[in-house]
Amino acid sequence: MRRRDVLGFGALGLLGGLATTGTSVMPGTQAVGGNEQCTCRGTGTLGIVIERASGSVLVVDNAARQIVARVEGLGDLSHASAVFSPDERFAYIFGRDGGLTKVDLLHPRIVKRIIQGGNSIGGAISDDGRLIAVSNYKPGGVKVFSADDLSLVADIPASWPGGRSKVVGLVDAPGRRFLFSLYEAGDIRMADFSGSGAPRVRSIGQAGDQPYDALITADGRYYIAGLFGEDGMALVDLWAEEPSEGLKVRRILDGYGRGEKKLPVYKMPHLEGWTQAGGDFFLPAVGRHEVLVMDGRSFELNGRIPVAGQPVFVMARPDGRFLWVNFAVPDNHIIQIIDTPSRKVVHTLKPGRGVMHMEFVSRGAEVWMSVRDENRIDIFDTHTFKKITSLQARAPSGIFFTPRAHRIGL
Amino acid sequence: MQDFQVINRAHFLLALLLAAGVLVMWMMWGGNASASLAASTLPMSKPEQELVRLVRQDCGSCHGLTLKGGLGKPLLPENLAGRDAETLAEIILDGIPGTPMPPWRAILQRNDALWIARKLKEGFPDASP
Repeated sequence: MRRRDVLGFGALGLLGGLATTGTSVMPGTQAVGGNEQCTCRGTGTLGIVIERASGSVLVVDNAARQIVARVEGLGDLSHASAVFSPDERFAYIFGRDGGLTKVDLLHPRIVKRIIQGGNSIGGAISDDGRLIAVSNYKPGGVKVFSADDLSLVADIPASWPGGRSKVVGLVDAPGRRFLFSLYEAGDIRMADFSGSGAPRVRSIGQAGDQPYDALITADGRYYIAGLFGEDGMALVDLWAEEPSEGLKVRRILDGYGRGEKKLPVYKMPHLEGWTQAGGDFFLPAVGRHEVLVMDGRSFELNGRIPVAGQPVFVMARPDGRFLWVNFAVPDNHIIQIIDTPSRKVVHTLKPGRGVMHMEFVSRGAEVWMSVRDENRIDIFDTHTFKKITSLQARAPSGIFFTPRAHRIGL
Repeated sequence: MQDFQVINRAHFLLALLLAAGVLVMWMMWGGNASASLAASTLPMSKPEQELVRLVRQDCGSCHGLTLKGGLGKPLLPENLAGRDAETLAEIILDGIPGTPMPPWRAILQRNDALWIARKLKEGFPDASP
């Protein structure tokens, strides 16, 4: 099949069913790329949507509100995520099956795909855009590749007395560094690629029992790991490195739910989305129908917002004025919107079953959300809270827009 | 009062008879099926397709869409060979304390869990038929 083929939806469906790899350009859009017909477009409004059941990604244009192409053959994409090259041309997609795939957005196709591990959970791109780090459950550790050709640069096993630990919460930090947490071993480690040759890897300290995810703040200063095994979080202040104090782990929100009975947790919350909005952090509570509010300076709990279910993503609109929250089963058909200053839920939307992820366009005017079980992407106006349109997709999950290329930790 | 008790007793006998009838029919129908197999012929609270989706998508967020494992253990037939379906169903319903495996009792009935456990041991069906 030639890339420039423009297909009708019927043919597309058929092809989608037959082909395991390939690219289809959506009808009603001009084929991007193709040497003979380059449209010389920018990529600032492009992004990708993971279609997790079919091992494909959609290349989308959030200004046109259109699907540009479907790229197939990416393997098991459950829990897949993506980062972008600094020029916003390439997406690096981390699949569950250990696959790392480099996709060209302008010329929608797979540039290179490798299976780098047995079982993986996301990755990060270094601040200079030259290194791609992947976090592996099995064999537990971090592998680092050249962003250019995906050749192996470093293999960092997550060794501990119990063997090899699963790695979670891998993020990039300023200065060609990556931070990550060890699920079984419970510590936070740093791999520093600033020198030439092999990276310097060291343990910063114990985070606590079962860290399950982590984030780095948008300024690259704080690394915060959430703990599943206990109430509390672990914080590393990366600015404390110089001159003598050194990096260390500080416990925050200790015992934030002590004495309360936790609900069963059907889905681990994600920390990636939580944001400093209006001077506070807003984060999903584990096993509770609450969004927690933490003071942005003291890191003390200063509020709890009751919500409809167990929050998974608490995503601030880029200006921080509103927070959009989705939930674990059995409440994953609901979206709630919290007004930041009053800390109250002001809207409850029910887009459909299986709302998995949300992504704001770069300045926040619109938000895309994947409604997995309805095979749909819904686009909402974030000021009127009204749906603008919907796009068809196959069991969509993660949505990632290219402005992430310019943000630390995303 | 007396009459009421008589009626009650009559109802009780009737119910007993009915139950016995059901039992006989079940034995004729089920033949030599074991008690645990019979349990799976009881209606499940959710259609099979919904259970398949729940396992692939929701269990899949920890165990992987292909059930090869993730934060949670792999759930392929070879991984589960050492455990019987009843034990697996109990794990599904009660969870494993001290780990992220939650109790699914609020969402799944026992027969749902048993059906899932059996299908996992056989090789779980794909999301869409």
